[in-house]
Amino acid sequence: MLNFKLSSVKLNAAVLLGATLMFSACGGNNTEEANGDGAGSIQIDGSSTVYPITEAVAEEYRAEAPDVKVTVGVSGTGGGFKKFTRGEIDIVNASRPIKDSEASVAKESGITYVELPVAYDGLTVVVHPENNWVKDITTEELKKIWEPAAQGKIKRWNQIRPEWPDQEIHLYGPGVESGTYDYFTEAVVGESGASRGDYTASEDDNVLVQGVSTDVNALGFFGFAYYEENQNKLKIVPVNDLNDANGKGAITPTLETVKDGSYAPLSRPLFIYVNSKAAARPATVDFVNFYLDNAADLSQEVGYIPMPAEMYKEQKEKFKQFAESAGKNQ
Amino acid sequence: MRVSEKIIEGLLWLSTAITILITISIIWVLLSESISFFRVVPLSEFLTEKEWTPLFADKKFGILPLVAGTLLTTAVAIAVALPIGLTIAIYLNEYAHDRMRQIVKPLLEVLATIPTVVYGFFALTVVTPFLQSIIPNLSGFNALSAGIVMGIMIIPMISSLSEDAISAVPRSLREAAYGMGSTRLQTSFGVMVPAASSGIVVSVILAISRAVGETMIVAIAAGQQPRLTLNPLVPIETITTYIVQVSLGDVPRGSLEYKTIFAAGITLFVFTFALNNLSFWIKKKYQEKYD
Repeated sequence: MLNFKLSSVKLNAAVLLGATLMFSACGGNNTEEANGDGAGSIQIDGSSTVYPITEAVAEEYRAEAPDVKVTVGVSGTGGGFKKFTRGEIDIVNASRPIKDSEASVAKESGITYVELPVAYDGLTVVVHPENNWVKDITTEELKKIWEPAAQGKIKRWNQIRPEWPDQEIHLYGPGVESGTYDYFTEAVVGESGASRGDYTASEDDNVLVQGVSTDVNALGFFGFAYYEENQNKLKIVPVNDLNDANGKGAITPTLETVKDGSYAPLSRPLFIYVNSKAAARPATVDFVNFYLDNAADLSQEVGYIPMPAEMYKEQKEKFKQFAESAGKNQ
Repeated sequence: MRVSEKIIEGLLWLSTAITILITISIIWVLLSESISFFRVVPLSEFLTEKEWTPLFADKKFGILPLVAGTLLTTAVAIAVALPIGLTIAIYLNEYAHDRMRQIVKPLLEVLATIPTVVYGFFALTVVTPFLQSIIPNLSGFNALSAGIVMGIMIIPMISSLSEDAISAVPRSLREAAYGMGSTRLQTSFGVMVPAASSGIVVSVILAISRAVGETMIVAIAAGQQPRLTLNPLVPIETITTYIVQVSLGDVPRGSLEYKTIFAAGITLFVFTFALNNLSFWIKKKYQEKYD
């Protein structure tokens, strides 16, 4: 939900206040009605996780092409796809690939699109820095903690691993509107949207950081960027997926392990999807090319992990072909 | 002359009517939205279910965890505000010199003018870390710290209402007490406080009602996890926090999730309405008359 530029200030009262205010400012539907055909305007909406990258790109792009109006909204990956598949927006930010149900809505309304990965994120499991018992965690244990059956039952650390202390465990995680929540439940529990409900759920990741960093019994998860911003207040937990084929033992998310995919299953690509009608307009083509040229630098700047340079090249090529055929079909 | 009189009268009537109309329409909105909520979720489940997870796949609609959170923070607040507020009231009435009183009273009123969001951050960034140095296992979000700060906030309410009540006790009673050889302390607690008890109880009930409806402090400092517990050391969620949380999110209008905030709202309304009426009733029924 928040601009990372904001959270790069040390997390303190002011930030939380700012966060709360910004949150209320961007809660709801604050993108303008998309007109779709204005050559000089690009409407973007969707994931709060991808938002910082796209917003950073849009900011840079304003200096490049001041007469093109780029608006970036935040309505969650699901909300973004809803608007995208109705043709209300030009580009959607997505922290997961499009669902089959969403793709068929797009087909019905005659919308074709291209999927462009723009960066990687490693969903990061964190505990309080003074937590001296958690050295690593397995995906099975994560499932045991977060699955719906755990609700009201798994309440103490020693229920997860007997050698951990007999103390209450306090859980912090993103709310149900978040693509991060969808991805985590899918990767860990096995079903998107299935989790226990008795944890501190907030769409505002700064609240989660504040919660985990002040609670010795806390365990939480959120996008890697928020860990990077607050490293000194959090302890990262290496995750063991019990599959030695992609890296032995418990693996800590870092630039390298996320990039090479050994931080599985919690590393994920972040996407933008471009509508073909929008791709027929020169302004959008220019913007998307600018996006792919700068995504590596800017995604790292806001706390995510850039893809290898050749992948950005491939995406540019893929987009070029898509834009050309979109132009012909116009 | 008569015409302008009529106009003024009409304007006065209008402003009264507007306040009443607004109150009625708020109640109407609360009722109509929560009625459609209670068509789906039976009232018995709402009142007896022990879990509150309306936003998740496995939906449970038990208001008890939110009520427990609300009562817990309120109890802590009253535990702080009642002794301090009452002591201040007695001190100002029986012990303090006039000049002292003239300085202290306005200072106390200042407490009531601080925006609650400031209190919230005070709880989160000052009180909680301090408490954590005493209670190592205290969570960053907890009912204790939010409750204490909320208690500080309502001190002026209890102290000034109680002081009014105590100073309304006729002079003759106090003089009679002194005449019987009572000390100041005996006079205060043996005569003045009992004589003013209805006013003091009313001040406490109004303070409870204020604490139940308080939003910012608990939303910032008490956590966002509905939990049926009386342990003040862990994150909880109050009714007001839940309403804030849902109305800021992207919950679609008209959905059942959206209607939960009206169900929560009407629960809150019932609480404060009952408390305010109780205080009104106590005031009328138990006011001691010394004429």
